[in-house]
Amino acid sequence: MTVEDLQELAEQEQQRQEKFTNRLMYCAAAGCVSCGSINVRDMLKKALAEKNLAATVEVVGTGCMGLCGEGPLVKVLPEGTLYQRVDETVARKIVEEHLVTKTPVKDNEIDTSHPFFAEQMKIVLENCGRIDAEKIEEYIAVEGYAALARVVTEMQPAEVVEEVRKSGLRGRGGAGYSTGLKWGIVRKVQSDTKYVVCNADEGDPGAFMDRSVLEGDPHRILEGMAIAGYAVGAQQGYIYVRAEYPLAIERLRLAIKQAERLGLLGNRIFDSQFNFRIDLRIGAGAFVCGEETALIRSIEGRRGRPRPRPPYPSEKGLWGMPTLLNNVETYANIAPIIRKGSTWFAAIGTPKSTGTKVFALAGKIRNTGLIEVPMGISLRKIVFDIGGGTPEGTEFKAAQTGGPSGGCIPAAHLDVPVDYESLSSVGSIMGSGGMIVMDSTSNMVDVAKYFMDFCKDESCGKCIPCRVGTVHIHGLLERIAQGKATTNDLPLLEELCMMVKETSLCGLGQSAPNPVLSTLRFFRNEYEELLQEPATFVPSGTDTPPTTH
Amino acid sequence: MPPTTTTPKPHPSGDNRFKLLDRAITKHQSRGDALIEVLHAAQGIFGYLENDLLVYIARALKLPLSRVYGVATFYHFFTLKPKGKHTFVLCTGTACYVKGANKIQHAAEECCKVKFGQTTPDDKISLVQARCVGSCGIAPVAVLDDKVAGKLTPEGAVERLMAWKNEKDEVTA
Amino acid sequence: MAIVTLTIDGEQLSAQDNESLLEIARQHKIEIPTLCHLDGLSDVGACRLCLLEIEGSNKLAPACTTRPMEGMVVHTNTEKLKKYRRMIVALLASEGNHQCSVCMVNNHCELQNLAYDTGLLYVRVPYLYPNKVTDASHESFIIDRDRCVLCTRCVRVCHEVEGAHVWDIAGRGIDCTIVADLNVPWGSAESCTSCGKCVLVCPTGALVKKGESVAEMEKHTDFLKYIVTARRKGEWISIENEEE
Repeated sequence: MTVEDLQELAEQEQQRQEKFTNRLMYCAAAGCVSCGSINVRDMLKKALAEKNLAATVEVVGTGCMGLCGEGPLVKVLPEGTLYQRVDETVARKIVEEHLVTKTPVKDNEIDTSHPFFAEQMKIVLENCGRIDAEKIEEYIAVEGYAALARVVTEMQPAEVVEEVRKSGLRGRGGAGYSTGLKWGIVRKVQSDTKYVVCNADEGDPGAFMDRSVLEGDPHRILEGMAIAGYAVGAQQGYIYVRAEYPLAIERLRLAIKQAERLGLLGNRIFDSQFNFRIDLRIGAGAFVCGEETALIRSIEGRRGRPRPRPPYPSEKGLWGMPTLLNNVETYANIAPIIRKGSTWFAAIGTPKSTGTKVFALAGKIRNTGLIEVPMGISLRKIVFDIGGGTPEGTEFKAAQTGGPSGGCIPAAHLDVPVDYESLSSVGSIMGSGGMIVMDSTSNMVDVAKYFMDFCKDESCGKCIPCRVGTVHIHGLLERIAQGKATTNDLPLLEELCMMVKETSLCGLGQSAPNPVLSTLRFFRNEYEELLQEPATFVPSGTDTPPTTH
Repeated sequence: MPPTTTTPKPHPSGDNRFKLLDRAITKHQSRGDALIEVLHAAQGIFGYLENDLLVYIARALKLPLSRVYGVATFYHFFTLKPKGKHTFVLCTGTACYVKGANKIQHAAEECCKVKFGQTTPDDKISLVQARCVGSCGIAPVAVLDDKVAGKLTPEGAVERLMAWKNEKDEVTA
Repeated sequence: MAIVTLTIDGEQLSAQDNESLLEIARQHKIEIPTLCHLDGLSDVGACRLCLLEIEGSNKLAPACTTRPMEGMVVHTNTEKLKKYRRMIVALLASEGNHQCSVCMVNNHCELQNLAYDTGLLYVRVPYLYPNKVTDASHESFIIDRDRCVLCTRCVRVCHEVEGAHVWDIAGRGIDCTIVADLNVPWGSAESCTSCGKCVLVCPTGALVKKGESVAEMEKHTDFLKYIVTARRKGEWISIENEEE
C-alpha cells in the first residue's frame, strides 16, 4: 500500500457511493439494535426490492447516531432526513413515500435544527452515522488513514509529538493529563521494545461513549494508535476492551483484519521502515482494570490489582517496558488533529481544555443519548437545550458526572462551563463522559449509597483503606438511609471519606468517596434530616471510648 | 471441597471440547500471560470453569494452581458454577438505577424466589447483575439470554421470567 | 546510581537514589510503622501505614516504594499521618476477629503492636465479624483466615523465596481470602513443601504452628536476611516476578 493506492481506494469508494440515488443509513449500534433496527433493515431491503429500487438505493448499517432514546433511527442520504422510532411499518413508508413519492414521513421525522443537533460539534463522532463500520473502504473514503499516511511518509516522530502537544489535547479518560506531554515522555525513554495500549475498559456505570466509537468507527482507533506507535517508537499495540461489549470486540477484530489485509497495519506501512501490529485483549469484568497499572496487570494475565506509581507505565509498563496508555476517545482525536492541524483543534473549546467532549446523556432527561459538545459549553445548555430538560412535572435537581469517581452538580451551579478545571472546582470531575441527570424524585443519600455500593464491590482488596473503608462508608450510608444513624455518625462518615480519599493506593479508592463528599457539600440537609440524637456523647475526631455519665 | 486433583486429567477421549481448548492454548503458544484469554475460551466452550478444567489449564500454561484460581475468582465474568438454562442479566448501571432498576430487581427476586447472583433450584433461571451494559439510552435494561431488552418494566420482566418458569422441559423429560 | 540529599523530619541526610525512603529512614533510626513490608520480600505498598507527606506533593506517598529525590523534604509523623495510621489499624481490627486473649501470638503480634504504637484505644466503626474458613488440615500448621490482614507476606515468601507458590489471593474486595492451590485444604495442597516460611513471616496469628498454646508463639523473620543475601538482593525480584 502506498499513499497513491490509498487515494485511489478512496476515489473508487466515493464513485461507488455516488452511483446510488439514495443511501438509507440505519443505526446498527447496540441501543437501536435492541429496539429492533435489524428488522427495520430487513424491511427496508424488502420494500426496496418490491419497488425495484434495490440496485439504486443502498441500505447501510452505521454507528450510533446519538438520539438513543428515540431509536431505531434511520437517516436518508443525500437529503439528510432523520427518522425516529422506525418500526417495520415506518420503514416501509420511508421507501414508499420518501423515496418513491418524495414526501417525507412527517410523523417520524426529526427536526435536525433542534438544539440537540445544532449545539453539538462532532469530531470524535464525525463518522458515526455516516459510514458502515464494517467496511474499511468507507472509512478510507472519508479521509481515513490519510493522517497515518502523512505521518509515516512526511513527519518525524518528534514532529508528531509536537503537533499533538500544540493541539492542547488532554486525556479523555478523566484525569486530563496532557496527551502530547505523555507521548513525549514515552518517546524519550530509551528502549528497544515499547508498547501502545488503548484503554477501552469503559467501566463507569452510565457511560457508553467509547462503546459507540468502537462500534461505529473502529478504524479511527487503529489509526490513532498507529500514529502514536510511530510517534513514540512502538511496534506493538494492545486494545483492552470489556467483555461486556461483544459487538465492539467483533467490529475491532474485523477492522484489524481488514487493516492488515491492506497493509495499513503490519510490516513496512506505506513502504516505510515503520512496523505496527495491534492485538485485542478482552477484559473479564473488573472496573478497577480501568486504572492503568491494573490494566497492565490484566493484559499480563494476572489479577487486575494496581501497584504504586512511580514507576509510571511510561517508564515501566507492560512486561516492564515503556508503555503509552491512552483512552479510546483520546486516540479518536488524533487522526483529525493530524489532518486538520493543531491550530484548528486548539481553537475549539477553551484555552486550557481544547477540543470537544463526548457525553453519554441519560437519566431523568427527555433526550437521552450520545452527544459531542465543544469544551466550555455550560452545563445548562447540555441539560436544557440539548437534553430538553427533565420530563414534565419534575424539576432538575443535579447532574452527576464522572460516575463513581465523580460528583453531583446541583442546580445552583448549572452555569458552570464544562471543562476539566471548572468541574473539579464544583467538586466533580470531567470523568470519562457519563452524565446522569437526576430530578426531584432522586434521594441524594440513596445516590451516594448506590455509588459506594459499586465501589465496595469493585475494590480489588489490595489496600486496606479501600477494601475495608468502602464497606464501612457504605454501612454508614445504609444506616443513615434507614434513619438509624445519629448525629455522631456524620462526622465519622466525613472522616472515613477523607481518609479513604487520601490514603488509598489507586484512583479507584482515592475517588470512591467523591459522590458522598459532593452530595454532603450540596445536599447536606438531606443527610441531616435522617439523623437522630445519640444516646451517649462521643467526641468527634478522636478514637477514644465514649464517656458514660 | 472437591478432592485434590493435581494430576491433570488426560485428554478425556471422546470429549472434543478439550481439542477446542487445546487449540486456544496453542494459539497463545501456551504463554502464561494468556491466562485470561484461555479462561475466556474455556468458559465459552464448557459454560463454566470447574476445578478439573482449571487444573488442566494451569498445567498447560505452566502456572501455579493458586494463581489460576486467584485470577478466575477476581474477574466477575468467570463463573466456577454452572449457570441456569436461562440467564436474566439486570443492568444496575447509574442510568438504569435512576430509572428504577431496583424495582425490577425486587420483582424478579420475588418471582424467582432467589436473590441476584443465584440460580433457581430447578436450574432454569440464573439472576445476574451487570454493572452497565452500555445501553443507557434505553434504560432500564436487562439482557435476557443474550438479547437486550430496553425500557423494561417490573411487570414486563416478570412476564418474561414466568414464560421461562413455565417452560416444559421436553427434551430432557 | 547517584547520591542525593534530602530532609526527613528536619534532619538533613544523604542517600543513594535507588534506596527506598523507608530504608533511608530506618538507617537513620527514624521509625515508620509498616505491615506489608518485610526486608527480603518485594514491596507492594498495600497497607498504607508507611505513608509520608512530601512537601510540594498533594498526595501521600508510601515510604516502601518511594525513591528519594534531590532536595526532597519529607515528614513521617505529622498529626494527619498519625490519625490516618490509627484509622487504618482500626479498620484492620474491625475487618477480622482479632481476640488477642485467645491468640497464640498474643504479645508477639505485629497488629497488636501497631495498635499500641498508633494509640488506638477504641474502634468507632462496627466490627464486621467475618466467618472465613479456619483450616487445620496441614500436619504442622494452621491457617485462621479470620485473623488474616491480607498483607500477602505469605504469598510473596512462598513465591519469591521458596518458589512453591502455594498461596495466592482469591476473590476481590472485602471477600479476598488467602487460598492454597485451587482453594483446597492446606494439608492436601501438593505444591506445599511444608517449609513453614509463611508461618514465620505472618504478622498475626493467622498462620501458626500446631501444638503451641495461647501467647506462646514468637515469630522471627531474620532467616530471610541470610537467604536473600545469597541471591544478591534486588536483582531477582523483577517486575514480572513481583507478587500482588
